[in-house]
Amino acid sequence: MRSVIMGNHALSYGAKLSRAQVIAAYPITPQTEVVELLSQLCANGDMKAKFIKVESEHSAMAASMGASATGARAFTATSSQGLALMHEVLHWAAGARLPIVMGNINRAFGPPWSIWTEQNDSIAQRDTGWLQIYASSNQEVLDSIIQSYKVAEKISLPIMVILDAFVLSHTYEVVDIPEQSIVDKYLPPLEMEYKLDWKNPHAFGGLTKPDWYYELRYQIEEAQEQAKKLIVDTGKEFKEMFGREYGLVEEYKMDDAEIVLISSSTIASTLHVVIDELREQGKKVGLLRIRVFRPFPSEELRKILKGRKKVAVIDRNISFGHEGAFFTETKAALFNEKDHPPIFGFIAGLGGRDVTPDVLKDIFNIVETTEWPEKDIYWIGVKL
Amino acid sequence: MIEIRFHGRGGQGTVVASKALAEAIALEDRYVQTFPEYGVERRGAPVMAYTRIDNKPIYIRSKVYTPNYVIVMDPTLIGAVDVAVGLKSGGSIIINTEKRPEDYKNFIDKGYKVYTIDATSIAIKHRLGSKASPIVNTAMLGAVAAYTGLVGLNAVVEGVRKLSPVKKDENVMAAKEAYKIAEEVKNG
Repeated sequence: MRSVIMGNHALSYGAKLSRAQVIAAYPITPQTEVVELLSQLCANGDMKAKFIKVESEHSAMAASMGASATGARAFTATSSQGLALMHEVLHWAAGARLPIVMGNINRAFGPPWSIWTEQNDSIAQRDTGWLQIYASSNQEVLDSIIQSYKVAEKISLPIMVILDAFVLSHTYEVVDIPEQSIVDKYLPPLEMEYKLDWKNPHAFGGLTKPDWYYELRYQIEEAQEQAKKLIVDTGKEFKEMFGREYGLVEEYKMDDAEIVLISSSTIASTLHVVIDELREQGKKVGLLRIRVFRPFPSEELRKILKGRKKVAVIDRNISFGHEGAFFTETKAALFNEKDHPPIFGFIAGLGGRDVTPDVLKDIFNIVETTEWPEKDIYWIGVKL
Repeated sequence: MIEIRFHGRGGQGTVVASKALAEAIALEDRYVQTFPEYGVERRGAPVMAYTRIDNKPIYIRSKVYTPNYVIVMDPTLIGAVDVAVGLKSGGSIIINTEKRPEDYKNFIDKGYKVYTIDATSIAIKHRLGSKASPIVNTAMLGAVAAYTGLVGLNAVVEGVRKLSPVKKDENVMAAKEAYKIAEEVKNG
């Protein structure tokens, strides 16, 4: 059904269609409406799920973990400071191999106080063992929740579906909300091999000495590796049933592209328009959108970027004292390649600063007219 | 692609108007994107919302800087904010006012088309909001549909019905009445 919905509600409907059974959440701007709709759907019986009011995001994740450990499908959502407060338990959820799916609306940290978009909140969680998917439309937000349960439950790891504050979370656009019966065919009920069950008691997460802890960490890495193929395969299966395909990356006008602009989320969406305009001017330029940040698609990047003349990465995040995270990972992926192209790193749009087509054209102009990066990192549009 | 900017004051239903328009566009099987300018929302403070309409998927995600249309929900905003900033050459301004278009000479001199509708009176007549702060959004949408031809009346009625939290019939009547008045003005 074609509906006009905001990104926040795309998360809510994704959880509803996935038949999430337990929702534990604490409201935080701009995520609040995700929780409002879910609590309403639970209260009026449209969703057969237990809604747990908690007193903090740390408790929201702890309750999600408890629910997931019993074999229930758990969902939560947060933003910014709320995600930061979950940090400790995020490690636990991944270590316990719980297939929780969470929505995170990218919002800048305070101080100074901000409610606008920036990726630093989710980037700060990159080493927790969670998979990270960055969506670039409300349709993709909804579809990614459904796909994420399918992937998470196969590899027993939690997944974060991430979207930009306001630019998606509070933007209304046309979204096709799929039929429940088709979603049910794509996503069967969760059956966990090991779960908390009082009839068959087990201990979970007990003290593990150095003789085995190391192997358990290796298995998380194996599962992350396995997820790469699984995301591609479940994305193809999704296309067969729903007509839309999602993989690790999205390529746009890349066939003969000499200059490649790399970004994520809604900056990558706007880049489509810029690429079209530059192509009309005869520029051989293409877009590579990194959709999945964990696991990082290094192999795909090496393959796709082989033989290109120049690459630029645009980050809406900053690892202070260094550079943007997508830039770091892209460089690392190509470092051992012979004759890899020069890679330019740009910071743009922190704290919700609008990233317009003109800003992106400025970036292209720098890349086009500079033979090799003259700076470690380019900050675009700083007024100082 | 058509771009629209709404200007209103907090409490007038500006954002809801942009959403109802989006619903109407979607009903006509076109693509639409609408979002408010987020800041500190207070009753009476100037607010803005943006809408994009196209026949193909919309990828641009930045704010609207050069709209084709500007919709002003409250005439007291004119002068307080530059409602015409960035408006495309030959673009249109639709104002909720009892005044006539020729009263906005400064806009006309810049080559803009000006349309007016007394949405406040229509809203009060249908008891939408209070006399002191009527909710003019649905009447404005009816007028916008007639003046711009961007969307049909049937779709607007459906959009208004869906988005009105209360007084659905009254809101629909306000939209229809404003549409009729605007049609008559347009056809001279």
